[in-house]
Amino acid sequence: MGHTQAEKIIAAHLTNEYPSATPDNDSEVWPGDLVEVTVDMVLSNDITAPIAIREFEKLGVERVFDSDRVVMVADHFAPNKDIKSAEQCRVMRQFARAQGLSNYYDVGRMGIEHVLLPEQGLVVPGDVVVGADSHTCTYGALGAFATGMGSTDIAVAVATGRVWLRVPETIRVVYHGELQPWVDGKDLILYTIGQIGASGARYKTIEFTGPAVDGLSMAGRMTMANMAIEAGGKAGLFAVDETTRAYVNGRTQRPHQAHPADDDAVYAQVIEIDAGQIEPQVAFPHLPENVRPVSQADNMRIDQVVIGSCTNGRLEDLRAAAELLRGRQVHPDTRCIVIPGSRQVYLDALREGLIEAFIEAGAVVSTPTCGPCLGGHMGVLAAGERAVSTTNRNFRGRMGHPESEVYLAGPAVAAASAVIGRIAGPEEVLG
Amino acid sequence: MKTRRTETPSGTVWKYGDNVDTDAIIPARYLNVSTPEELARHCMEDIDPGFACAVQPGDVIVAGENFGCGSSREHAPLAIRGAGISCVVARSFARIFYRNAINVGLPILECPQAVEGAEQGDQLALDLRAGTITNQRTGRTYQMSPFPPFIMDIIQAGGLVPYTRERLGTQSV
Repeated sequence: MGHTQAEKIIAAHLTNEYPSATPDNDSEVWPGDLVEVTVDMVLSNDITAPIAIREFEKLGVERVFDSDRVVMVADHFAPNKDIKSAEQCRVMRQFARAQGLSNYYDVGRMGIEHVLLPEQGLVVPGDVVVGADSHTCTYGALGAFATGMGSTDIAVAVATGRVWLRVPETIRVVYHGELQPWVDGKDLILYTIGQIGASGARYKTIEFTGPAVDGLSMAGRMTMANMAIEAGGKAGLFAVDETTRAYVNGRTQRPHQAHPADDDAVYAQVIEIDAGQIEPQVAFPHLPENVRPVSQADNMRIDQVVIGSCTNGRLEDLRAAAELLRGRQVHPDTRCIVIPGSRQVYLDALREGLIEAFIEAGAVVSTPTCGPCLGGHMGVLAAGERAVSTTNRNFRGRMGHPESEVYLAGPAVAAASAVIGRIAGPEEVLG
Repeated sequence: MKTRRTETPSGTVWKYGDNVDTDAIIPARYLNVSTPEELARHCMEDIDPGFACAVQPGDVIVAGENFGCGSSREHAPLAIRGAGISCVVARSFARIFYRNAINVGLPILECPQAVEGAEQGDQLALDLRAGTITNQRTGRTYQMSPFPPFIMDIIQAGGLVPYTRERLGTQSV
């Protein structure tokens, strides 16, 4: 019997210590095994690092396991939104300096972590990456086994370079057909979560495969892998192909390896989706599984649009939004906030004229931050307000007041909705 | 609030449904603090505004599927622990929350039958070592499936940090 991509990556990182799934040392792992693995990169941010640092200090270890492999990013409540956030950023900054971390990203150099790390070449195919952020699963787009954990797990990983894992079962999703215009990774992943539910992949890994996703850009793949967690998934993986290699090459000298799933790999479930039938999707409050096609969005008036985040803050996302906003105006009753995901994305968008198009359309452009996605700053909602957002969660109170509402969509639907002032598909704008 | 941990807690049931997410457990707007005491003041605020004021040490959260879904924030189990909750009993847990609870020493029990049989306000008596839950209203006792031995080692060490210290042979600082 063969192995899935996740099983092969985990097997390649096994330590020989307890808990070992391989008493016979055959370096093979199966779903349900509890194993210890080495990690290639460990991530935390200004919200999760302070607790991780507190726990790290209790471990009685002086130094991080490798100062080139511990990444810290000030992105959630940075630039500091209030005094308490400023204190949290300071705790992280002081630790990063004291430990000599080569990959500490402060305001000015930083981006939203899951946009930043792949862009900076910090993740390569075949890596095991753990991060104190649930959207760490984004790096599955590069063929890395990447998963979110809490701060204490990350503290131990920072100290030892190791974590324990339960080897996950894998769900294989096969996307057939050819995508309709304006349909991208966000629509595919929202549709998929709508099909399997918010706990449909709980504890499991999703392998995204099939002709309809082979043609996706790395940005589209990252959007999909990013939201594996919204179906409860531990990781979301894409096969490594020419698109992956073209993205990784030139960003890093670190050697990397593809671990393609075996033809006879054993899957917990195989789901076949006719992606050619999927139109742009919208997830209604208050769960990402409440998905409808945009054509059934009921004429809903909106107060705010957010375009950005670790899900959809990449250059390709901004291009799609700009295509609809250029030469048009944001509806007078709607506020549109655009947040490039990193300094590089911001610069590229500036040089392409996208930023100018946004500002001329009446949108506001922010420095990179997670900000409004989790109701932090830069676009918090009042009671009764509705937002269309390219972010990843629409839980009650996620973006502000508990009586506000978040509708999740891709950048094209978000931009079209900003122009029309209610939830709308791109076709409506283009007439 | 520091409550002494006991292996046989008892308390009142706070019952919730499926997919209680980490933003419901502790809204992100309060993530600029990280002590259990500060976080506890806002625990469950957006779905149950009365919880934080009325919860008593020893009380038990009983919930449906996928409890703790969403973010990786360890602030969620810390807030629940800080509120004095002795145990969370659910049909199932989201995986990051599951790890976090074990790591920070918040007892959790996966037991669909006990969830089915419990109503808001019931009194539950638990034996965390034996993995049993007794509903004092109905008189029924439920047995959960045991943790794998490795997870039990972490729990018995008092969480992942003491467990790792033992393993590394380092001293508490």
